[in-house]
Amino acid sequence: MKMERTPIVSLKGISVAFDGVPVLRDFNLDLGDGEFVTLLGPSGCGKTTTLRIIGGFVRPDAGDVYFNGRRITDLPPHRREVNTIFQKYALFPHLNVYDNVAFGMRVHGKSEREIKARVGQMLNLVDLNGFEHRNVNLLSGGQQQRVAIARALANEPKVLLLDEPLGALDLKLRKDMQVELKRIQQQTGITFLFVTHDQEEALSMSDEVVVMDQGAIQQIGTPLDIYNEPKNAFVADFIGESNILDGVMREDYLVEFAGRKFRCVDRGFRPDEPVDVVLRPEDVDIVPPEGDRLTGTVINVNFKGVFYEIIVDVQGFKWMVQTTDYEKKGAHIGLSIQPDEIHVMRKSKYSGRFGDYSTFSDEMDEDLHSAAAKRGGGAE
Amino acid sequence: MRAKSASYPYLVWMVLFIVVPMALVVAFALTDRSGAFTLKNLAGVGLYSNVFLRSIWLGAIATAVSLLVGYPLAYIIAKSAGHRQGVLVMLVMLPMWMNFLLRTYAWMTLLEDSGLINRALAALGLPPAHMINTQGAVVLGMVYNYIPYMILPLYSVLTKIDPSVIEAAQDLGADAKRVFLRITLPLSMPGVISGITMVFVPAVSTFIISKMLGGGSNLLIGDLIDMQFLGSAYNPNLGSAISLVLMVLILICMGIMNQFDENGATEGGVLV
Repeated sequence: MKMERTPIVSLKGISVAFDGVPVLRDFNLDLGDGEFVTLLGPSGCGKTTTLRIIGGFVRPDAGDVYFNGRRITDLPPHRREVNTIFQKYALFPHLNVYDNVAFGMRVHGKSEREIKARVGQMLNLVDLNGFEHRNVNLLSGGQQQRVAIARALANEPKVLLLDEPLGALDLKLRKDMQVELKRIQQQTGITFLFVTHDQEEALSMSDEVVVMDQGAIQQIGTPLDIYNEPKNAFVADFIGESNILDGVMREDYLVEFAGRKFRCVDRGFRPDEPVDVVLRPEDVDIVPPEGDRLTGTVINVNFKGVFYEIIVDVQGFKWMVQTTDYEKKGAHIGLSIQPDEIHVMRKSKYSGRFGDYSTFSDEMDEDLHSAAAKRGGGAE
Repeated sequence: MRAKSASYPYLVWMVLFIVVPMALVVAFALTDRSGAFTLKNLAGVGLYSNVFLRSIWLGAIATAVSLLVGYPLAYIIAKSAGHRQGVLVMLVMLPMWMNFLLRTYAWMTLLEDSGLINRALAALGLPPAHMINTQGAVVLGMVYNYIPYMILPLYSVLTKIDPSVIEAAQDLGADAKRVFLRITLPLSMPGVISGITMVFVPAVSTFIISKMLGGGSNLLIGDLIDMQFLGSAYNPNLGSAISLVLMVLILICMGIMNQFDENGATEGGVLV
C-alpha cells in the first residue's frame, strides 16, 4: 500500500487468542481514508475478529489500534468513531424504524429537530422513505439490513465496519445490496471495512482486498492484482479457479512445467528455483494437437452457459480449461498458453494443497477450504 | 376434531375445580346462612377496609423490595459464565425446596425478642432490637418467601436478550448506563411485569407469614378469610365475600400492570 497520508485506522502487531487458540498473529493493517477495503477469507481466518478489535469488542493480547494516528486500544466501543453493521443486523426490537435510526443521535444528545432531518435523510439514502413507524421485527431481511445501514450511518462515522452484512440475504437481493452498498460508500465517502468469505463479492465491490487465512494476511491488493498476481497457492485458489502446477524457474522469463519450457513475464527468482505456476482456466487456449505442442485428453465437459468448463488430463495432472469451443469427452487436444498468461509464485506452505482438478467439484472445493480453515484453528 | 376431543378431560377438570368453586364462592358471598339472597356480606366487607389497605400496602412494599433486590441479582446471574448460571439459579431456588412453614418458623426464631439475632446483639453489648410482630417482619417474610418468583422470570428474559443488540447500542455510542436504561431495561419489561405479578398476588393474599411474623396487630386479608372459615369468627358467607372482593382487587391491579406492559412493549413486543 502506497499512502502518504496518515491511515484512518491502523492495526499494529495485533495478536489475539481465544482459549489459547491463536486467531490473529502479529497482524498489521492500514486503512486509507475513503477506501472500500474488504477482508476476505474462509471462516475461521480471523476476519471478524479483526473487525471486532477495531470496533472495540475484542481487546488484543498484544499490539495496538490507532485511529487517525491516535492510540485507541483501551477506548471502549461507545467512545470510538467507528460504527458497525452486525452480521444479523442487531436492530433494537422494542423500537420502530425511526427510533432505531435515531438511537445514536439521541445518545449523543442531538436535538429532536436535527434528528428528524437526519433520519429522513438516512431513510432516503437507503430507500426506506415512509417506513418510519414500521415495527422492525416485521421487515424483510433486506429492509432490516437497510435500517441497520441507516442507523450506523446516521452517526456520521469516519469508518463503517460491515461484518458479512449480506450473508443472510438470498442471491438476488445480495447482488442488489452489493450495488447499493457501493453506491452509498461512494456517495458518503466513508471508509468501509467489509468482511466476507465470498470472493466474487470482494472483487466486485472493493478498492482493496485483504486476503486472510489462519490469522495472517496472505495478500493485500486491488481486486485486479489479487486475481492476476496472486502471491501464493492459497490466494490463487481462493480467488477464482486456478490450475497450480509444480514448476522450476530456469532463468528470468523462462519457466519449466509439464515437462517443457515456456516463456513468461516473471523474473527475479534464483536459477532453477522450484516454483508454483498459476494458469487461469480462461487463459489456456485449445489448439490442434500438432507439432511438439503440449497435449492432453478431455476427461470431462460441463456446460456453464457462457462457456464450457472442461477437465483435461495432461500427463496425469488434471487441468481446468474454460472455453467457448465445444470439445468431446475423450478428444485429444493441444494446449497453448501465452507468456503473459503464466503467473509464477514462490513456493509457500500452501504449495501442493490446491490447484489440481482431479477430484473436482464445487462442494469439494468448499470442503477443502473449510478443512484448511480448521487446520488453521480458532474461531473467527 | 381430534385435537378438540383431546381437550375434553382438561375442560372437565377446569369446570370441576375452577369454575364450580368460583361459582360457589360467588353464591356464598351473595347468600346468608339460611341460603337467602343478600348483599349484607359484601356491605360488611367495608368494615375491613383498613385490613385491605394494609394487605395491599405491605404486598406492594414487598413486591418493590423484591424487584429492587431481585433485578440486580437476576442481571448478575444472566451475565455470569454459562456453567456458573446453573449453580446460581439453583442457589436461588434452594430455599424453595424447604417447606414454607419451616422457613417462616426459622425467621420467627431469628427475629424473636429472645431470638438468635437479639442474643447476638446482646453478646456484642448492643441494645436489643424489637423485630418480631412488626410490619417490617411481615415484609421481610414476604420478600424472603417470594423473591425467587421475581428472580426467575427476570433471569429468563435477561438471558434471552441478544448480546449483539447490546453491542449495537455500545457501538452507537451508548455508555453502560444508557445501554441499561434504553435497551436492557425496556427489553426486560415482560420479565418485570410477570415478576411483579407472581410476587404481588401471593403476598397480598398470604396469611401464614402475617400470622407468624406479624402477630395479632398486623392482620392481613388472608388472616381475615382464614378466621371466617377455620377460626372463631366462623362465617363462610362473609369469608366468601371478602375473597370475592380480594379477587376483584387483584384483577384490577393486574389490569393496570398489563396496561403498563402494553405501553412499554407494543413497539417491540417480541419478548413474551
